[in-house]
Amino acid sequence: MSDLRDLYQDVILDHGRKPRNFHAMEDASRQLEGFNPLCGDRLTLYLKIEDDRVTDISFEGAGCAISMASASLLSETLVGKTTAEAEVVFQSFHEMLTGERGQPFDEKVLGKLAVFAGVCEFPTRVKCATLAWHTLNGALKGDHGKVTTE
Amino acid sequence: MTVASGTERLDIEKIREDFPILKQRPHGKPLVYLDNAATTQKPQVVIDALVEYYTESNANIHRGVHFLSQKATEAYEAVRGKTASFLGAASPEEIVFVRGATEGINLVMHSYCRKHFEPGDEVLITGMEHHSNIVPWQLLTEETGAVLRVVPLNDRGEVELKAFEEMLGPKTRFVALPHVSNALGTVNPVAEMVAKAHELSVPVLIDGAQAVAHRSVDVQALDCDFYVFSGHKLYAPTGIGVLYARREHLESMDPFQGGGDMIASVTFEKTTYNRVPHKFEAGTPNIAGTIAMGRAIDYVQEIGLERIGAYEDELLEYATARVGALPGVRLIGTAADRASGLSFDLEGVHPHDVGTILDREGVAVRAGHHCAQPVMERFGVTATVRASFAFYNTREEVDALVAALETVREVFG
Repeated sequence: MSDLRDLYQDVILDHGRKPRNFHAMEDASRQLEGFNPLCGDRLTLYLKIEDDRVTDISFEGAGCAISMASASLLSETLVGKTTAEAEVVFQSFHEMLTGERGQPFDEKVLGKLAVFAGVCEFPTRVKCATLAWHTLNGALKGDHGKVTTE
Repeated sequence: MTVASGTERLDIEKIREDFPILKQRPHGKPLVYLDNAATTQKPQVVIDALVEYYTESNANIHRGVHFLSQKATEAYEAVRGKTASFLGAASPEEIVFVRGATEGINLVMHSYCRKHFEPGDEVLITGMEHHSNIVPWQLLTEETGAVLRVVPLNDRGEVELKAFEEMLGPKTRFVALPHVSNALGTVNPVAEMVAKAHELSVPVLIDGAQAVAHRSVDVQALDCDFYVFSGHKLYAPTGIGVLYARREHLESMDPFQGGGDMIASVTFEKTTYNRVPHKFEAGTPNIAGTIAMGRAIDYVQEIGLERIGAYEDELLEYATARVGALPGVRLIGTAADRASGLSFDLEGVHPHDVGTILDREGVAVRAGHHCAQPVMERFGVTATVRASFAFYNTREEVDALVAALETVREVFG
């Protein structure tokens, strides 16, 4: 049970159940769909970018608690950051999940997102946590269409 | 535990001893393996067959004049005969060894259907297909201009037989059906459906991947034209499977792949093909896997598929009642005749989260779309949890599944 609690921390359960910023955005400057073909999870991420700064984020989609919470926390964490800063967070988040457990990660960069540190103990679930982030990365780079985890 | 099934009793404790992997302890918990629809575990005799083959008989088949080649050829061909009687085929020549059910379906599509199809011709499948019985037909329709038509399901996950009859028509050129649905567990009335198709002289392929481990199959009684299954869902290794085809079809079919063993003679000008079924087995086949599949067939036949099916049906009924009684559970697939497993949705918890928590409790289930995305769409879900059974599973393991589902509730509140 204890390692399950590492994965399903209260913050994750809360955001999984009640994702924040869970709606479409009509005046989004970027919009991209993310898809995990292995499990069928999909989401659409909307970004509003003004003067190279992310001023609003929302998303829609369906998926597991991990992927929904990850998208929800992404949307809370990145508003107000420049696109370059957002990319730094993406890199740190990705490294936290794909690196060795127990490796130090930059809490200052990740903040609340550190609750996902336990996911790397569950290799089959890493893609759930990174789906929204790969989608973000694609959107920041100006990709169109669809991003997949594969 | 000993369970009465009819007059005979299955000694489950003894059967479990035959499967060494069942002693594994994932995450420190006893393994409760309920993912048998994905692949079954292998009894020691099957594992031994692989080792024995490579230790005592390894050689290429059908060509060599030496001792080992003859031994390997005899062992390989003996499995063809064994498989023919396992399926009730008229002769061993009607058995083609393939990699699995998927390859069997693709072989029929390429070698039987392609040359006969014209624009507007129709292939009929059902709404409960595995992707392996959808995509090959889409490849066919893209190439030939034929049309893929899908017979709808009712809310219990059964084929609408009336719709099936109505959709069968002068344009129908081929019907492909699952014997048992992998995502819903529905057992289709395939004999009845074959009869309806044959009234219009439409040939029928049955995908038996989920059936052969749970039901005794007689292809002549079913009167089907083609039947496919995968060895690994029948306690045999991966990479070996079977296509049964009526001899007259095999004789008329084009080769699937070209190469060694499928030829009678080759010159640069002209090649004549080997007789059936060898015409469809180009290259060195999976000899060890085939021989091990023969051992798996012996193993289930010694226990008896009737007894196996009866025991598993009891277990499935018990599991359906216990899981179905849990708060927030919605069963997906409630057909009157079901086999193999149950699919369900737990309100407020995504199947992948259920799967992860169950795994930590030692319970292996499948969480996902089961390679049947149209089925998921039909029932308004993106994924389900599926627990699927084999005769080495017990009521205690169903109880472990239920306890693990209660843990899910504890975690998710």
